Amino acid sequence: MIGVGKVKQYGNVLDKPLNKGKTEVSLSAFAFLFSELVQYNQTQVDNIGELERRLEDAGYAVGARVLELLCHRDKGNRRETRLLGILSFVHSTVWKVLFGKVADSLEKGTEHEDEYMISEKELLVNKFISIPKDMGTFNCGAFVAGIVRGVLDGAGFPAVVTAHFVPMEGQQRPRTTILIKFAEEVLLREARLG
Amino acid sequence: MAPVAPRTGDAIFANIERVNAELFTLTYGAIVRQLLTDLEEVDEVNKQLDQMGYNIGIRLIDEFLAKSNVSRCVDFRETADVIAKVGFKMFLGVTASVTNWDAEGTTCSIILEDNPLVDFVELPDNYQGLYYCNILSGVIRGALDMVSMKAEVTWLRDALRGDDVFELQVKLLKQVPEEYPYKDDE
Repeated sequence: MIGVGKVKQYGNVLDKPLNKGKTEVSLSAFAFLFSELVQYNQTQVDNIGELERRLEDAGYAVGARVLELLCHRDKGNRRETRLLGILSFVHSTVWKVLFGKVADSLEKGTEHEDEYMISEKELLVNKFISIPKDMGTFNCGAFVAGIVRGVLDGAGFPAVVTAHFVPMEGQQRPRTTILIKFAEEVLLREARLG
Repeated sequence: MAPVAPRTGDAIFANIERVNAELFTLTYGAIVRQLLTDLEEVDEVNKQLDQMGYNIGIRLIDEFLAKSNVSRCVDFRETADVIAKVGFKMFLGVTASVTNWDAEGTTCSIILEDNPLVDFVELPDNYQGLYYCNILSGVIRGALDMVSMKAEVTWLRDALRGDDVFELQVKLLKQVPEEYPYKDDE
């Protein structure tokens, strides 16, 4: 077999070649890890708002790195400058890489100009999670909201991103919607670009 | 009913749902970073990672036994083999190898060449005491605990610290006989 032998040691992690991103681990390994993340954070906070914030912060770090990785590997170092461009990047490329499929839908908010929504029937991170009644509207999708916020922030589109459950008729589990509210400057810039 | 033959790690891995390893790697990185920010002491972080791994291990063993159909292991050698070949493959998608058996057959080393937890990771100088993958040692310890084997798992070599592979030493401390929660004669 060609190439068998010790793996070449690189002095700096940045010199190592990037793999193609096709390696996989089992879903249950990820689910166990995510559940430990949530459980650990539960011990560190007193209320749900803070728990959501901590999950979002964890996701933010993931999002920033995902943006760097994907821009370099999949997009040839070109960056998006238009709003719709970055939204469709998040909705298709980022979702496809992280969750194996494109997001279910991308919609523009009807009430406000600066709101967009990405919806998913069942978020991967919520697959094995059930929320007790006393936690109210807590959604572990806050982690995914953090990932989206990390990607958008890194790309120069600051936004406030939150995750919400939207009950659907005829379905037992509610749909999850990631609500993206862009900052003022993004809309001004977008208007100027025409 | 005839006993079902145990399945190989590859066969199981091909049949279960999988996610992108990079999501897994980045999530683990986020966890380690959160721990470092909260706890600050490297030893505390190592302990917390081990504890989280233990919590995962005690639940992971159920899934492992359910999906892999392995029969009861005759001795610790077989156990270690099963962990390396089936367990690691099934959950992390990588195969580990077992070496360095001692004379009594109670201590061995599990060698991991690829480790999906450490993609893109470099340890800065002030965190050289951190066992980044300590969650793995907790997982193995927790899983073995649930099948009545008390073990001690330590890191011998760590690729993030300059070695070429990851080497875990698993030492069987004792086999605890199964206890029934009720007395037979009552």
